[in-house]
Amino acid sequence: MAELSRRGDDRPYPPGSYPVVVVGSGPGGLQLSYALTRLGVRHAVISADDAPGGMFRRWPLFQRLLSWTKPYASVEPGSRVHERYDWNSLIADEPPNRAIMAEFMDGTSSFPSRPEMERNLAAFAERTGTLVRYGCSWTATRRKAGKSGETFVLETSDGDYECEAAVFAIGVAEPRMATTPGIERAVHYADTREAKSYAGKRVLIIGKANSAFEVASGLLPWARGIALVSPSTAKLSVNTRSLVGVRARYVQPYEDHVLGGGVAIVDAAIARLEPAGDGATRVALRRTDGGSDLDIVVDDVIAATGFVAPTLDLPKLGVAVVGRSEVPAQTPYWESATVPGIYFAGTISQGAAGLQKHGLPANSGAVHGARYNARVLARYLARTRFDATEPQPRIAPGELVDRLLDQASTSPELWHQRSYLAWVATRAEDGGWLDGGIEPLAAILDAPGPDAVVLAIESDAAGRIYPVVYLRTARGTTERPIEPDPLLEFAGPDQRRQVADAVAAVRR
Amino acid sequence: MASPEEIVDALAGMALFADLSRPELEGVAHAFEEQFFPSGERVIRQGVSGSAFHVILEGDAEVVVDGERRATLGRGDFFGEVSVLLGEVPVADVVATRPLRTLVLPGPSIQEWLVAHPKVTFRMLQAQARRLRSANQWRS
Repeated sequence: MAELSRRGDDRPYPPGSYPVVVVGSGPGGLQLSYALTRLGVRHAVISADDAPGGMFRRWPLFQRLLSWTKPYASVEPGSRVHERYDWNSLIADEPPNRAIMAEFMDGTSSFPSRPEMERNLAAFAERTGTLVRYGCSWTATRRKAGKSGETFVLETSDGDYECEAAVFAIGVAEPRMATTPGIERAVHYADTREAKSYAGKRVLIIGKANSAFEVASGLLPWARGIALVSPSTAKLSVNTRSLVGVRARYVQPYEDHVLGGGVAIVDAAIARLEPAGDGATRVALRRTDGGSDLDIVVDDVIAATGFVAPTLDLPKLGVAVVGRSEVPAQTPYWESATVPGIYFAGTISQGAAGLQKHGLPANSGAVHGARYNARVLARYLARTRFDATEPQPRIAPGELVDRLLDQASTSPELWHQRSYLAWVATRAEDGGWLDGGIEPLAAILDAPGPDAVVLAIESDAAGRIYPVVYLRTARGTTERPIEPDPLLEFAGPDQRRQVADAVAAVRR
Repeated sequence: MASPEEIVDALAGMALFADLSRPELEGVAHAFEEQFFPSGERVIRQGVSGSAFHVILEGDAEVVVDGERRATLGRGDFFGEVSVLLGEVPVADVVATRPLRTLVLPGPSIQEWLVAHPKVTFRMLQAQARRLRSANQWRS
């Protein structure tokens, strides 16, 4: 902090009044600030950290991400369609600032290391001139009645910030501990020691999500035995065909389990932890699969029980939170479902669940989903709060089918945010079509308005990926799935015929 | 709302889960995701495929067919199972009429889950039989 106070005077965004205040300097805060700047929306960005990167300044524990960047994909790096293969770069309009993740990767893996990701985010902030007031901690929030309606005051370590709209891009990275009796005998994932310190130890890991399997993978060469325990069965991403479940990189402990190699995976609730002598811990388990109760004695217990959103006093302000991660419940446009004027960006934007068709959630919890949410949110804030409505370009007569096929084939937004973000064409008063851009699917399906043709990319439980054309008319909403293509190319003659038939239906 | 313990307590008071032991209820609470819908939001959309099975933890909802209200739902009620079980698009909207918290099981998981929890399946069958009886009485 000494260094910060020396350079304190030249930090941007001093306390005061701003139309929008963004809290956070991880990918979500940086992406939103970039998009707001491009739209001319004045705002401040504050962060308790002293450099950009958010959670990637610290995690993942074993220092390699779960999100890929493929510099040699079959499409032009920096093109829109290339964003399908680059999950880690933030998105910029200017070509030199696009697809910058690959510059920092050393080629040992298509998954960047944590320091590589941190450098990528810092480079985006620097090159795009995205400014943040670092070392400025948000400490409390209150409402204030103003002349033009209610505003929010964010109290910070540097003073008060008043704003019409506050956007919290604060991540979901505060360790969550269960309330099990004796849980103090466990350490959280975040406090896991260096792997080799577990040499010859018996380790019980509470949890079966990615962080649990990440720790188990890291300890496989060291631990004498590993047990992973939680009430529900382990899900694998290759089975759910989504990011739900344990990712392929961490499946090794699962294979060791099924091959009988020193890893036990148990479906049980943990009743209590108690001393078992010599520093060991007895963990009492109540099986949830109908089996008998069980005691396991181990040397170490690691609670990979996830993280919560650090919402501070927002729940007291009326912000409803949901689920084990205590993420704020949100409208389709990422506004608090209970306190208008409070918005969310970054991984916390997963609180706007969307349709989750066939049980598949959007990728809002990851950079490659949240970066598009932030761009849509910036446009929404600009047009609803600052009267900065972008004109909707007219689609030339006869080109609607071509535009739909082009979006199906190239749009990274639709690809990464399946059944969640959609491309919208709305009917103009003269009967022509207007390009409504990318919007949340749930908002468009439920909004009143002119006739619209809406395109999303979706997947089903069998893992098929296909476009869906929705027709929104005064008669209601109908959906028309387009046949899947084994090469995921959606611009062939069959797709053209099906899309044309769908569009013809809305004309009738 | 709602810590895992509070969710288990809520489930324990619902007819659907009345036959489950505490550890089994903890398994249910872990397998289902919690969702929140502000008043007026659609939870299930008529004609839109891929929806899920919901159990109401808190709040109220109404069942709407072609814009006409057909039923109201409250705490402990469940919905969404018909389209999931039949593999068909929902024939009704379900709309939150007060802030609604539900526990959600995705459609593709329901078959395996019901087979693994026959006591819940029996209770669900009872509830369906009551709905069928009411519908028949309404018609006659």
